[in-house]
Amino acid sequence: MRARALALAPAALTVVLLLGAWEAYVQIAGVEEAVLPAPHAVASTLWSDRSLIAHNFAVTAEEVVLGLALALAGGLALAVTVHLLPWARRAVYPLLVGSQAVPVPVIGVLLVFWWGFGLLPKLAVIALICFFPVVVTTVDGLAAVDPEQRKLLRTLDASRWQAFRLGELPAALPAALSGTRIALAVGVIGAFIAETTTPTSGAYPGLGREILSDVNFQTSRAYAGTAVLFAFAIACFYALALVERRVAPWSIQRREEPR
Amino acid sequence: MVGTELQSRRVARAQSAGDTDGLALRDVRRVFVHGRTELVALDGLTLAARGGEVLAVVGPSGCGKSTLLELVCGLQRPDGGSVRSAPAVLMPQRDLLLPWLSAVENASLALRIAGRSRSAASTSASALFEELGLDGFQDARPHELSGGMRQRVAFVRTLLAGKPVLCLDEPFGALDAITRAEMQDWLAGALAREPRTVLLVTHDVEEAVLLADRVAILSPRPGRVLDVLATEIPRPRTRTDPAVVGLRERALRALADGARG
Ligand SMILES: Nc1ncnc2c1ncn2[C@@H]1O[C@H](COP(=O)(O)OP(=O)(O)OP(=O)(O)O)[C@@H](O)[C@H]1O
Ligand SMILES: [Mg+2]
Repeated sequence: MRARALALAPAALTVVLLLGAWEAYVQIAGVEEAVLPAPHAVASTLWSDRSLIAHNFAVTAEEVVLGLALALAGGLALAVTVHLLPWARRAVYPLLVGSQAVPVPVIGVLLVFWWGFGLLPKLAVIALICFFPVVVTTVDGLAAVDPEQRKLLRTLDASRWQAFRLGELPAALPAALSGTRIALAVGVIGAFIAETTTPTSGAYPGLGREILSDVNFQTSRAYAGTAVLFAFAIACFYALALVERRVAPWSIQRREEPR
Repeated sequence: MVGTELQSRRVARAQSAGDTDGLALRDVRRVFVHGRTELVALDGLTLAARGGEVLAVVGPSGCGKSTLLELVCGLQRPDGGSVRSAPAVLMPQRDLLLPWLSAVENASLALRIAGRSRSAASTSASALFEELGLDGFQDARPHELSGGMRQRVAFVRTLLAGKPVLCLDEPFGALDAITRAEMQDWLAGALAREPRTVLLVTHDVEEAVLLADRVAILSPRPGRVLDVLATEIPRPRTRTDPAVVGLRERALRALADGARG
């Protein structure tokens, strides 16, 4: 526990130093709050508007988590299919790359016409942005399995499915988790894109849209919202690290080996 | 004395097993293509082992020994000639333990693949763990084991595959001298109790003479059989036995002659 706390110390120190420098700059240079609010102003807005921010955050967090889950389910299924069926790889992979060139916000707008103002178009936008890193890292991870390991499973009479389940799948898991980390990082910005491009009918539009509408006249609230998203991304990242520790402990041990 | 008795029983069993458990390679050629150049790994290699026989294969590095074993195990196809063998399992040169499985799960992988339950498979492996000095390390992860322990786990995994032919690629290469001697004794004893056809690739000529019924000597690449020496030394054999020493010298000389071409 103590070691854990000590490991966090450098990051905490960096944050304190950055905030201190920021505060000092605003005070000394006398920057207006509407242009660059000082950390203490952001903190006080965060407190005074906590209910509004919390409600909007709940909307955004739900979008990110569900969108990411959708991207993971779709991405992993696609990666496994492409890996097991070489013709599927030839048929689908180029389209996959092409899909990343499609202007996602346009799709979001079209999906609203199609599916209405609900959550669904937003999830589709987020998933569309997130699933690419998952597919690519997983496909590469599956393809990078040591050919000698394949031979070993063959000499032990493993069927194609057993070789996949006992060998390839666990071997590719660390790569898939790396892809998930990237997906998570782009997922939060994906939620911002989704909220700001697709209209909503809900009571709270989500933190992304809130930030965008605050940025002109409520600058410190826009900063407060951004700080919440910032913390959320970090929390998700570490939650994922905990998951990795459980499902792929060997990959962590390998990384922690002294060099 | 016990050794001789076991030995005669073993020969009897080997004969009754007949050639159904044997293997035969005739005029085998294997070529690897590297871009535009061709690399002939094996050429005109002819070699056979009877059921229950221990056939050692020695030869210079890169002469195609590992390739030969993979051909016998059906993991590669020859580019010429023919390969016939009873079902064979390979113990690869690298241990290739799967890092996401514990030692005992790695060792019992073949049983899991054959559909046995996790606990039944682990129980079967645990008996061999005790015999091979691995007791207490059942739940260790591969990276927590020493090189020699990993090799022994890989060895158990090969045995438990339950195939009549074992293709062992330098099975004791990573072991220290003492453990290696222990493992050689153990293997000799295990084969006496339960004969299997063994193709034993080794760099260690003494190991070949101690364990094998015959020793095949390969030429430098492209590999082919230069000579096959029958050991015909009663078991249990010892390193210091003049017959063992004499045969070891003969084999070393044959290797050196082959290297000179
Ligand atoms: N998959 C492959 N692709 C290309 N070349 C290969 C392949 N496998 C083996 N070779 C080549 O064939 C030759 C024989 O290789 P092999 O591994 O069978 O030798 P070896 O006798 O086992 O050597 P060592 O004693 O060092 O283990 C080598 O020159 C090697 O480079
Ligand atoms: Mg080799």
